[in-house]
Amino acid sequence: MQYFVQQLINGLTLGSIYGLIAIGYTMVYGIIGMINFAHGDIFMVGAFTALIVFLILGALFYSVPIVVALLIMMIVAMLLTSLYNWTIEKVAYRPLRGSFRLAPLITAIGMSIALSNFVQVTQGPRNKPIPPLVSQVYTFDGISISLKQIIIVIVTITLLAIFWYLVNRTALGRAQRACEQDRKMAALLGIDVDRTISITFIMGAALAAVAGTLFLMYYGVVVFSDGFVPGVKAFTAAVLGGIGSLPGAVLGGLLIGFIESMWSAYFSIDYKDVAAFSILAIVLIFLPSGILGRPEVEKV
Amino acid sequence: MAATVSSGRDAVATPIQRAFREAFYAGAISLGLFVLFIGLRTDQNITNELILVQRWLLLAIVVIAVTVGRFLYVAYAVPAMERSKAEKAATPAVVAEPGFIKQNFNRIGLVILLLYPIAMVLLFGFQGSLKWVDNFGIQILIYVMLAWGLNIVVGLAGLLDLGYVAFYAVGAYAYALLGTHFGLSFWILLPAAGCMAAFWGVMLGFPVLRLRGDYLAIVTLAFGEIIRLVLINWREVTNGSAGISGIPKVSFFGLISFNVSDPNYIAKVLHIAQSGAYYKIFLYYLALGLCLLTAFVTIRLRRLPVGRAWEALREDEIACRSLGINTTTTKLTAFATGAMFGGFAGSFFAARQGFVSPESFVFLESAIILAIVVLGGMGSLGGIAVAALVMIGGTEILRELDFLKAVFGPDFTPELYRMLLFGMAMVIVMLWKPRGFVGSREPTAFLKERRAVSASFTKEGHG
Repeated sequence: MQYFVQQLINGLTLGSIYGLIAIGYTMVYGIIGMINFAHGDIFMVGAFTALIVFLILGALFYSVPIVVALLIMMIVAMLLTSLYNWTIEKVAYRPLRGSFRLAPLITAIGMSIALSNFVQVTQGPRNKPIPPLVSQVYTFDGISISLKQIIIVIVTITLLAIFWYLVNRTALGRAQRACEQDRKMAALLGIDVDRTISITFIMGAALAAVAGTLFLMYYGVVVFSDGFVPGVKAFTAAVLGGIGSLPGAVLGGLLIGFIESMWSAYFSIDYKDVAAFSILAIVLIFLPSGILGRPEVEKV
Repeated sequence: MAATVSSGRDAVATPIQRAFREAFYAGAISLGLFVLFIGLRTDQNITNELILVQRWLLLAIVVIAVTVGRFLYVAYAVPAMERSKAEKAATPAVVAEPGFIKQNFNRIGLVILLLYPIAMVLLFGFQGSLKWVDNFGIQILIYVMLAWGLNIVVGLAGLLDLGYVAFYAVGAYAYALLGTHFGLSFWILLPAAGCMAAFWGVMLGFPVLRLRGDYLAIVTLAFGEIIRLVLINWREVTNGSAGISGIPKVSFFGLISFNVSDPNYIAKVLHIAQSGAYYKIFLYYLALGLCLLTAFVTIRLRRLPVGRAWEALREDEIACRSLGINTTTTKLTAFATGAMFGGFAGSFFAARQGFVSPESFVFLESAIILAIVVLGGMGSLGGIAVAALVMIGGTEILRELDFLKAVFGPDFTPELYRMLLFGMAMVIVMLWKPRGFVGSREPTAFLKERRAVSASFTKEGHG
């Protein structure tokens, strides 16, 4: 039982990170109907930015309280990563809006390749380890919870609350939801669609940057190719939850996190990704539009 | 890498003023993007700690280059393009007779392909031609074969498949395992590998029949990853990430062998000097033959009921169903046929390398193949071949640019920039020609006269 609860906690931590990335996928998909393949690499850029900021802080100051350091890392990562995603949207996706459905998908894949190789060329291909930022571990009744995990869950919940408020209670969120339903009608009613889409990309990137910072803190290492696997898992999470649905993305992220940690605990660690992908396929066979997704209406 | 700032103010500003403003924005944005990534470099010192190396000069050069580039683009390139467009619109449209090259494109291409190894041997000698035949010729032909195979699924049937590399892997491992363990010949295993890949195509096809669009895309991607992960982890059979080596070479139908130790080695049979180039040239023609087979089958299938059903499915699935086409079998045959050609390409790849490992079957390969299909114009065989030539040949040629070392110093390795440039080329080509190199389509069924369908009327399917 203790072992099970322990795995549940590990799964929750992992799932939080996946959920944060998955929101970026699902929001972009909801609003312009494209798979932003570069999003995984945006997450990696976020993690790398946090790494560099951490090193700058270490070089400039003798010691910084860890909370302050994490906060600065997170904020700088959010700003710079948003700038990346905003630029990518302007350069690679906006000119192709209204074109072939596959055209933006290909530019997104191209951007993903370009981003990860850009980081490889400028920062080198090696693993980048950092000393552990937070190392306290609390033990309750045989179950150990590290402070890292608590931070991840708290940050995720806080961000999701802010995010929920933004989408459901502000004019910006209303504009986003309107664009998601019908872009042309939204434009007719005076919503600046281009601006709304830009802000969507910025919000997605900011959440991915936080996920990147948390990832760096949790694993203590980052490498240029780190965008792919978490990116695909997060995308899987978004599809599993029903792409386009925000609660679905979080739910899917948590599910993928739980499946992964349970599978590696009880069966085989080698096949944990196989398990996650297989469950995706099985869920989609029975629920072709994901768990919380709206079924697509076929119009003639 | 610059932002397009367009607003009402542009109407009054002259191009030069606008260019200054846009160049300023582009410089500021690129400064923001690159300040941490180019200005600083994380490096490990002797005690394995990360330290920062400062590179402000490089950052300044890059930012200035972006600013100047943006200025020149907005101030001179854009007006020039608009002028030429206006001129073209002003002159009455003359229906030009397509030139000799355009009319006989396929024939000329085929002749060049047939003569290519001979020309290389004449130019560089047997030893010197190795690189050109192997790295360029065979490499590009493999991608052409794969892209033509995927074209059946994506271009004809309109089903988005992001895991095509899985079938390539199945074909390669089928040949590698059966060839090394049972010593079967390539010519027996080629159809076997094709059948096996087709079987897996059907296996993938069944569960995903109900899925559409991006759900289909992610499940195929997941399928490709599952195959790769199984290849890595099922060590008893596949030898894990170490891969399988010592895969037997192809022989000329058992008559002429390319192993130096065999009694029927080509040099002994034909009484010529020993060289590794014979095998490469033989492989080149083999790859060319397999490519032509793929093209032939594709062209013929398009005229069969099943090929027409694929294209109908791509254009409109609901209309397709209401006309009594069985969409289930149509989709499954598309998956199976596409997968079979992937399997052929895979077993050829294994025979050529003599070594396979899961490293060769990563998602990036699927992405590259899909990119070639889309850049080529989805459905056009000629366009896809040109796209493969440009994208694969272009990145391969970067390996050869040694003179750049003289410009940027001995530490400069152009190979490092290969994939970076590849990714950027994908974006630029797509922005330049969103419908691919050949956007128009030749209709399969027509009334009286065959007319190319303009790109703006072609569809891509939602499957």
